[in-house]
Amino acid sequence: MNNSITNQKALHDKTIAEILAGLNAGEFTSVEITQHFLDRIKQLDGTYNSYITVNEASALAQAEAADKRRAEGDVPALCGVPIAHKDIFCTNGVRTSCGSKMLDNFVPPYDATVVENFANAGAVVLGKTNMDQFAMGSSNETSFYGPVKNPWDTNTVPGGSSGGSAAAVAAHLTPGATATDTGGSIRQPAALCGITGLKPTYGRVSRWGMIAFASSLDQGGPMARTAEDCALMLNVMASFDPKDSTSIDREVPNYTANLNQPLAGLKVGIPKEYFKEGLNPGTEQAVRDALAELEKQGVTLISISLPHTKLAVPAYYVIAPAEASANLSRFDGVRYGHRCDDPKDLRDMYMRTRAEGFGDEVKRRILVGAYCLSAGYYDAYYRKAQQVRRLIKQDFVDAFEQVDVIMGPTSPSPAFEFGAKGDDPVAMYLEDIYTIATNLAGLPGMSVPCGLVDDKPVGLQIIGNYFDESRMLNVAHQFQQATHWHQQTPAGIASEAKDTEGAE
Amino acid sequence: MTIERADIEKLAELARIELNEATIAETTQSIADVLALVDQLQAADTEGVEPMAHPTDAVQRLRADEVTETNHREEFQAIAPATEAGLYLVPKVID
Repeated sequence: MNNSITNQKALHDKTIAEILAGLNAGEFTSVEITQHFLDRIKQLDGTYNSYITVNEASALAQAEAADKRRAEGDVPALCGVPIAHKDIFCTNGVRTSCGSKMLDNFVPPYDATVVENFANAGAVVLGKTNMDQFAMGSSNETSFYGPVKNPWDTNTVPGGSSGGSAAAVAAHLTPGATATDTGGSIRQPAALCGITGLKPTYGRVSRWGMIAFASSLDQGGPMARTAEDCALMLNVMASFDPKDSTSIDREVPNYTANLNQPLAGLKVGIPKEYFKEGLNPGTEQAVRDALAELEKQGVTLISISLPHTKLAVPAYYVIAPAEASANLSRFDGVRYGHRCDDPKDLRDMYMRTRAEGFGDEVKRRILVGAYCLSAGYYDAYYRKAQQVRRLIKQDFVDAFEQVDVIMGPTSPSPAFEFGAKGDDPVAMYLEDIYTIATNLAGLPGMSVPCGLVDDKPVGLQIIGNYFDESRMLNVAHQFQQATHWHQQTPAGIASEAKDTEGAE
Repeated sequence: MTIERADIEKLAELARIELNEATIAETTQSIADVLALVDQLQAADTEGVEPMAHPTDAVQRLRADEVTETNHREEFQAIAPATEAGLYLVPKVID
């Protein structure tokens, strides 16, 4: 990028890579850019509701410390870069609500490994972002703190469950944010808010201190405006963690190393099941245009089949609720979190604490999970779903014998209006129809902006093989070198004139 | 599989969640809808397929049996709803 153009950008319009360049060149300090974001959050977030907690004093203290480190020549990877954490990651001394009334008063006595990794890298934490309660939802409407508004159209949802992180990045209220993805909760909001998001391979990012929803599916990952920024964040976020028994002991590569590799010769699988009825025609067109753009860069598109795709949502809605019903049994009003007033006995305390502390969707999933695990139904539901899960994984294993990456839409349509799916949980669950299978298989997936339909962003999904995050990032970065979709911003967000050129 | 009010009441008891009398019919219906969705699994041919518990079939790691954690009782109890003399307090269980 041309430096004179970079310098004209307002601080909040800069990418993480540009912020690092500016800090390194002494154009501004971490305290200056941190204060700038804090002021901007104060000014604008009343509209978007993307933050639950903003840490003004601690952010400025961290920024000051980062500036001091830099002056002393000690410059870790994200030294002085402001970010935000999804309110599912425990932060020592800072309330961590998981979007729920149950944890409205919960101040953890420790940091999640992910939070520690960013702190060690010198990042500055602006605050904690809004989310669907206990990460259960695809619209952010289940948050105890009220829904997040999509910066592209405040009558529409930002997606979920990481809707606060996605909206904060889209509204330039942070250059990057952490998020989590159990069935699409990074990729779907990234698509609906027009930003870039990456769910790593299961086990790549530590789950220690990340409040558990469905432990065999949950995975943390970065959200930012570009693939390059996601790579910079993933470099810090990914680690082997002995404290997480499912963390994979494998070297973390430098995710920025392969960004500039040309794509010629790359084999891209296009699953025919991802282009069937239910897919918005405008979304389909945008995705097909993106694939045509990649063909110009020399990739080969290969039609593939993932035959068990239609069983992914049903399998997920056995496995995720079953694991959730077990995980959420810890919220009992004894050791932390909400406790009901004046319990008359222990049973009454459990029953009312949980009735008051959990929202409707969380209760629904706990009850579904309890049903699937109850005596007499285990084989018909949980065991069956775990068998189907292996079939779904095998579909991908077979496909990756022929192709390097798989691509398709991230979600079936652009952002929908608040309340549009409110009474119908099954309609909401189908929002994740293209993303859920990768969680069941444990594969990494990304969403990158690839077009606009009725002025609403569309996401292109890139699914990689196990531990092939570098290749996904390379593909996404090359796509972003050739297109302008990731630079599109909602009306009134960027201080520069809106880039209306778009992709070809 | 049909699900009725009595089933929901039993599940709520197992999960220790008090039901709201006013919305119990709605809750029953929405759970029936979710179970209808997951019932699509029954059509899948899974004969001989090993259930998959972990995406990369990893197994539990073992570590040396050494003390690695220090005592954090005071920090943990500082955020509890009710404590006394280092103990968590709950309503009386035995008279």
